[in-house]
Amino acid sequence: MSWETVIGLEVHVQLATKTKIFSGASTAFGAEPNTQACAIDLAMPGTLPVLNKQAVHYAVMFGLAIDAEIGQESAFERKNYFYPDLPKGYQTTQLEKPIVGRGNVEIQLADGRSKNIRIHHAHLEEDAGKSLHEGNFRHGVTGIDLNRAGTPLIEIVSEPDMSSAEEAIAFAKKLHSIVTSIGICDGEMSQGSMRFDVNVSVRPTGATELGTRTETKNLNSFKFMEEAIAKEVERQIDLIEDGGSVIQETRLYNGDTKVARSMRSKEEANDYRYFPCPDLLPVIVSDETIEELRRNLPELPDARQARFVEQYGLSDYDAGVLGGDAAMAAYFEIASEKSGNAKLAANWTMGELAARLNNQDLSINKSPVNAEQLGGLVARIADNSISGKMAKEVFEGMWAGEGSADEIIEARGLVQVSDSGALEQMVTDVLAANQTMVDDYINTEEAKRKKKLGGFMGKIMQASKGQANPQQVNKILAQKLNELV
Amino acid sequence: MHNLTIAQLAKGLQSKDFSSVELTQHFLARIAELNPAYNAVITVTAEQALKAAAAADKRLAAGNAPALCGIPILHKDIFCTNGVRTSCGSKMLDNFIPPYSATVVENFEQAGAVVLGKTNMDEFAMGSSNETSFYGPVKNPWAIDCVPGGSSGGSAAAVAARLAPGATATDTGGSIRQPAALCGITGLKPTYGRVSRWGMIAFASSLDQGGPMARTAEDCALLLNCMASYDDKDSTCIDRDVPDYSADLNNSIKGLKIGVPKEYFSDGLHAGTEDAVRSALAELEAQGAELVEISLPNSALSVPAYYVIAPAEASANLSRFDGVKYGYRCEDPKDLNDLYTRTRAEGFGEEVQRRILIGTYCLSAGYYDAYYGKAQQVRQLIQQDFEKAFAQVDVIMGPTCPSPAFKFGSKGDDPVAMYLEDIYTIATNLAGLPGMSVPCGMVESKPVGLQIIGNYFDEARMLNVAHQYQQATDWHDQMPESIQQGAES
Repeated sequence: MSWETVIGLEVHVQLATKTKIFSGASTAFGAEPNTQACAIDLAMPGTLPVLNKQAVHYAVMFGLAIDAEIGQESAFERKNYFYPDLPKGYQTTQLEKPIVGRGNVEIQLADGRSKNIRIHHAHLEEDAGKSLHEGNFRHGVTGIDLNRAGTPLIEIVSEPDMSSAEEAIAFAKKLHSIVTSIGICDGEMSQGSMRFDVNVSVRPTGATELGTRTETKNLNSFKFMEEAIAKEVERQIDLIEDGGSVIQETRLYNGDTKVARSMRSKEEANDYRYFPCPDLLPVIVSDETIEELRRNLPELPDARQARFVEQYGLSDYDAGVLGGDAAMAAYFEIASEKSGNAKLAANWTMGELAARLNNQDLSINKSPVNAEQLGGLVARIADNSISGKMAKEVFEGMWAGEGSADEIIEARGLVQVSDSGALEQMVTDVLAANQTMVDDYINTEEAKRKKKLGGFMGKIMQASKGQANPQQVNKILAQKLNELV
Repeated sequence: MHNLTIAQLAKGLQSKDFSSVELTQHFLARIAELNPAYNAVITVTAEQALKAAAAADKRLAAGNAPALCGIPILHKDIFCTNGVRTSCGSKMLDNFIPPYSATVVENFEQAGAVVLGKTNMDEFAMGSSNETSFYGPVKNPWAIDCVPGGSSGGSAAAVAARLAPGATATDTGGSIRQPAALCGITGLKPTYGRVSRWGMIAFASSLDQGGPMARTAEDCALLLNCMASYDDKDSTCIDRDVPDYSADLNNSIKGLKIGVPKEYFSDGLHAGTEDAVRSALAELEAQGAELVEISLPNSALSVPAYYVIAPAEASANLSRFDGVKYGYRCEDPKDLNDLYTRTRAEGFGEEVQRRILIGTYCLSAGYYDAYYGKAQQVRQLIQQDFEKAFAQVDVIMGPTCPSPAFKFGSKGDDPVAMYLEDIYTIATNLAGLPGMSVPCGMVESKPVGLQIIGNYFDEARMLNVAHQYQQATDWHDQMPESIQQGAES
């Protein structure tokens, strides 16, 4: 029997507000435990929440970005459950009246198809703190860090419109691209700025009813998500084909150990006893506010991608890679302007830079080589001052913090010889010093002579200490050899 | 000195008849002497009070001091006081010292009032008799074997016993008005949103409201002038100018239309209480007010609706007391579940646990619509009843509670009988309206309260009516026999 997969996503996006959703405490990542939790975040008796307007605006911006209905009157509710990292004993969230209603996100797939994924709704809520089960604690002792408690989130809930891990990843990446492009999230996956809950079910191909789904919670990388989906699909199909059935449950996937396990079944699920939060008034968003946010909405990824093709002459693929990531797009545009050569800037941004960042697990915002620096390097390549090989050396220098491209070029004496007189002399000298190679070239049949050029190039580059302009040398060499034939 | 009203004490301070330090020493001495009999005050802050009094005397000497500068008061132990234990009457918070103050507390501090200490109360404000306090019941100064009412029984008894000329209190279903009535003092629950809830430990957030207690309406006006403020730390606080509540006290009430709801004079009402309330209405009629019989048809539904909504909110509000962050924690928890279960079973008293369970049940899957959903609908109907009534009349009056103070333990086994204590007061909380209680007679040597319900933000008019009534009567000047001796000193 053949099977089809049905996937829906719930995505938690941390909003990039300076302060928390209901208090004035900072949301900055990485502080000492419990140094960014005020009396409100600690749920001290008598404290009350006050809604952060910026968080509301960010949520509305997301709604506008996916062309959704905006809940002009939304409301907060309390979701009740006990856990040590949930200081109030309830999470303040939205249920009946979310701030963002139905919307749409279009994804592009590798085979060139595009597909629409429907958004059921997106709601505002507060994040919980963290339980620290290991690290600096005695065995059997759990630490609670409430720095994250009260960080504003939007939870985006999709319809079950995805039918493969590829589609789910494309959707997740598209959301990442949208929220970073409009500046409502820093997109730092490793810091938990975006977390994915994946609902997966399988059914016989062509069936109309949905199979029983499981939810794998809290995946914070695209790679882990892909692995978790693949494993879960396989598990469900094996289970059914062996005569069993899938039970509705919440599951966890450990990306490090590659082990998935059940967390709790539906029977063990909490009754959250939602009810309207009496400490907060309904959230009213006026038409004026919506229109103002719409006017000021930053460029969306699709629009930027089209502009990159138009403005810089990039291929659809390059425009997709560079335009899809807000930080990378901004980086590219600066490098392109500084260098005066968009295509070369694009190649270097997507090539050497991206590879190096990826290798060292750095985001582009933390790149040791900034966009101006890379632009400066590309400019020197474009005007033939240095060769591609030298450029890599300069890039290394910039990465190590030695300064701008020009400074490094000067300090290391990396000058490309492009003077044709000097180069001709160099070629003539090398040919004269290697008569055996020249004879060999002449005696080779014409079609195979091209392969012999490399040997001469090596000698010439060696003689020039790598400073000869290779394109020019190539031309002169071919010319001189042809004269000898 | 302790027989003087706040208004009189303020005059005395401003004209240097006595100093705030003297006044403060006097009341501290009274607390030391008399409080053991009443258990009204559970924390005395003598040192801080004397310091504040000395500072107030300086402000008074410099001139232009605010009206309440140097006046000693007590805070209900539900208001957080920076550096001073705030227990909410519970073992759960017996060791809790907040690092911040309630807005109400700050308002009084800025006005130069002197805080003598914190008053006893029903645990987490859940009770109508003060019998649920972890610190033991408060005794009614009028009848030592009777309850003072609740939950603000400590504040009410303290004012009645002249341990302080005024006190703060809170009212979720009658917790200011009912103890005020049972202790023969004047108490006012303002419109929901008039007084900040920041730093006031939550019982039922959509119903809780802080307000003043004193012996006279004139004093309540002075206290409310200070207590009421817009506070951006409380999202449900209403941004509206605070009028001078003392300004209209002397207006004539000629032509005032008083609505008398027939539902408030029904079967459960004590005959003596009814007589006292009817006499008060007659007095106001004599002053030129017009009595209009009205109907609040959904009154009978207010108690059941309240006992769904208030516990539902409380069940969530009290979840934070889990032994993890502050407050009581059980000894040697075996695991997380044990920590939660024993902390909450040992830290909360019986009534609080009962209400958490009721609230949890009402919000549970499958029961929500039948209980919480239905109760919210009833709440709207009750609000509409009042809207209709206020289209006809200026204020509504009736008894504050069905009977005078009852004996300790007499309703202990029957929570529902206790809940019916609030039958006349709860509706105003559900509607968010202001209400007050004014002494209007004595039954079996125990005080009776007249309830005045006003339209939204109509506290000034209520205080005006109450003041005019108190100009013509002396029920508010009556003194419990048990403190007569103290009065001579």
